[in-house]
Amino acid sequence: MKKRDVSTATDSKYRPARPFNREEFDRIRRILGGKVLFVQGDSAVSYGALLAGCRFFAGYPITPATETGEVLSQLLPRVGGVCIQMEDEIASVGAIIGASRAGTKAMTATSGPGFSLMQENIGYAAMTETPCVIVDVQRSGPSTGQPTEGAQGDIMQAKWGSHGDYELIALSPSTVQECLDLTIDAFNLSEKYSIPVILLTDGIIGHMREKVVLPEFDDVEIVWRKEPTRPKDEFQPFTDDGSQIPEVAIFGEGYHTYITGLTHSESGYPATDSQPDHHRLVKRLCDKIRNNRDKIIRVQRDYSDGGAGATGIVSYGVTSRSVNSAVKTLRQEGLKVDHLRIITNWPFPEKEVDELAGRVDRIIVPELNLGQVYHCVKEAAAGKAEIVPLWKTGGEMHVPRGIVELVKGRG
Amino acid sequence: MFRKAKHIREKYLEENMWPSIFCQACGIGTVLNCALRAIDKVKLDIDQTVFVSGIGCSSRLPGYIDADGLHTTHGRAITFATGIKLAKPELNVIVFTGDGDLAGIGGNHFIHAARRNIDMTVICVNNYNYGMTGAQLSPTTPLGGIATTSPYGNIESPFDLSALAIGAGAPYVAKWTTIYPHETMTAIKDGIEKKGFAFIEILAPCPEGYGRRNKLNQGKDNLLWFKKNSIGKSRYEKLSEEEKRACDKIVIGKLNDIDKPEFTAEWSKLVDKHFVE
Repeated sequence: MKKRDVSTATDSKYRPARPFNREEFDRIRRILGGKVLFVQGDSAVSYGALLAGCRFFAGYPITPATETGEVLSQLLPRVGGVCIQMEDEIASVGAIIGASRAGTKAMTATSGPGFSLMQENIGYAAMTETPCVIVDVQRSGPSTGQPTEGAQGDIMQAKWGSHGDYELIALSPSTVQECLDLTIDAFNLSEKYSIPVILLTDGIIGHMREKVVLPEFDDVEIVWRKEPTRPKDEFQPFTDDGSQIPEVAIFGEGYHTYITGLTHSESGYPATDSQPDHHRLVKRLCDKIRNNRDKIIRVQRDYSDGGAGATGIVSYGVTSRSVNSAVKTLRQEGLKVDHLRIITNWPFPEKEVDELAGRVDRIIVPELNLGQVYHCVKEAAAGKAEIVPLWKTGGEMHVPRGIVELVKGRG
Repeated sequence: MFRKAKHIREKYLEENMWPSIFCQACGIGTVLNCALRAIDKVKLDIDQTVFVSGIGCSSRLPGYIDADGLHTTHGRAITFATGIKLAKPELNVIVFTGDGDLAGIGGNHFIHAARRNIDMTVICVNNYNYGMTGAQLSPTTPLGGIATTSPYGNIESPFDLSALAIGAGAPYVAKWTTIYPHETMTAIKDGIEKKGFAFIEILAPCPEGYGRRNKLNQGKDNLLWFKKNSIGKSRYEKLSEEEKRACDKIVIGKLNDIDKPEFTAEWSKLVDKHFVE
């Protein structure tokens, strides 16, 4: 019998938990080749992950998300990281949580059916405050639906998919460039707030090729989790230092942290019979996001000069592309349009929608589903404006003309 | 032969977690005892060791050890353990699981980790039922066994977990019962020392769950049942073919110990070949 020997691992270039710096960032850029690339959204997500310091990917093949794993299976060995194809999507999230707890930035990518399978472990990541990134390249559902077609049907699932009370962050890119940029943001937010972050792309952007400009090291912020500041014998994994965000002790560094999905006290040990402990815990899980919503939420406003008769449009993800085109046409025809593009789907930009509702008589909400963000907009506008849905399913994007006609026909 | 109990207690146990949740005469305490003694014997660096578990009685074990512990979702412990080991291959990863957690909800992860041969030690407390939820039928409940969801007797063929592990490719597999604590400890020690996926199945009493529904009311009855119904591998192998066919006892002992390429070692080679400076 061979005796335990870890020397092969430590002498090797195989070091996923390596420190991240300018040298490492520039090495990745060199490996990706060139400053300007012409790539698919799924590839751009992979590149963004590497630039953000992700050195661990676990996934399961699923259309239209597979390319992200394929690209990373080529690139991660070249940077000393790990890429593993797990037996299913449940295992994939388990593996990235384990990897994150061992001190590596980790990601998985999937689509609808896989995203449904992931929900329990996403809840575990939220409960245990483990940083990780989950990419959902949305496709038409329910069930197997249209595997090769894009959709925006997972917005509500991204927020409410696991049971119980928690908050997480979800971002919606609308270009391939944003697939890269928002993947870096997703890692930063997950590290900063110690939570799972969902990147909600879709089959259209995932498979579309566009120009991507790789950022310079000085152009981007790369965030790493808050590591323990207290001595090992005093350290507790869920102490609230006032920021509501816990310090994360990495496995193998001698902190002896116990992490459980059970309701736990600040020590990390189970406190399942305690109403105050449970309330304090889930309240903090929600408040650490809710209280920082102004720092987290990003929207893009393309507003007219205001005044009576303006129509509002709230869009996100791939649908924003159709809306951008429609807005241009409408303005050429002399109509007033205020376009609010949501980049951060969760936490939902209620304040920003409320502000828009105060400017316009009605807000059109085009989506590739049968009404998801529509409900959030309606709730945020609270009767200040009429909310008009524009729904489309079946895998095709909204045609700009459809949006133009809706604005004009009811204008 | 054994270190003093006080030494093990003071060195490894998490003092804030006692008393334990375990019922009287439950076999899980013996498994913890054997595991800690094995760890002590191997002189494992406890700071470099992570204990991972799923859901169920046996999955509570990492909480009682003063070390890094990850108490995960039901059936998924091995997937989290895979992430830990691959992200930091220098760590020792030990998984505590039960028959329901491992072979019921988590069966797929079990066979795939064995197939991949990732270096970890999986210790399964097989007590023939879902104890924590109140003695329901498990994938290892014997034929005819009474559980709260098989009140008329189990009609399903049970899994032989060790045979499953060997079939899936696990290079080290041993099966013991808690009535043989020294052998159990030695098997865990060997499993930890094995560079690869090591699986140790430990048949353990659940007197409050499976036991009292199957005329094994006392812990002692359970243990004696295991003793009576098991046969050591070396003794079994000396039987004639005819005797083997007639033998309905559980074969215990070291059931597999082979060398094969381990995942992190192979990944290490792959990285060194393709790494870009």
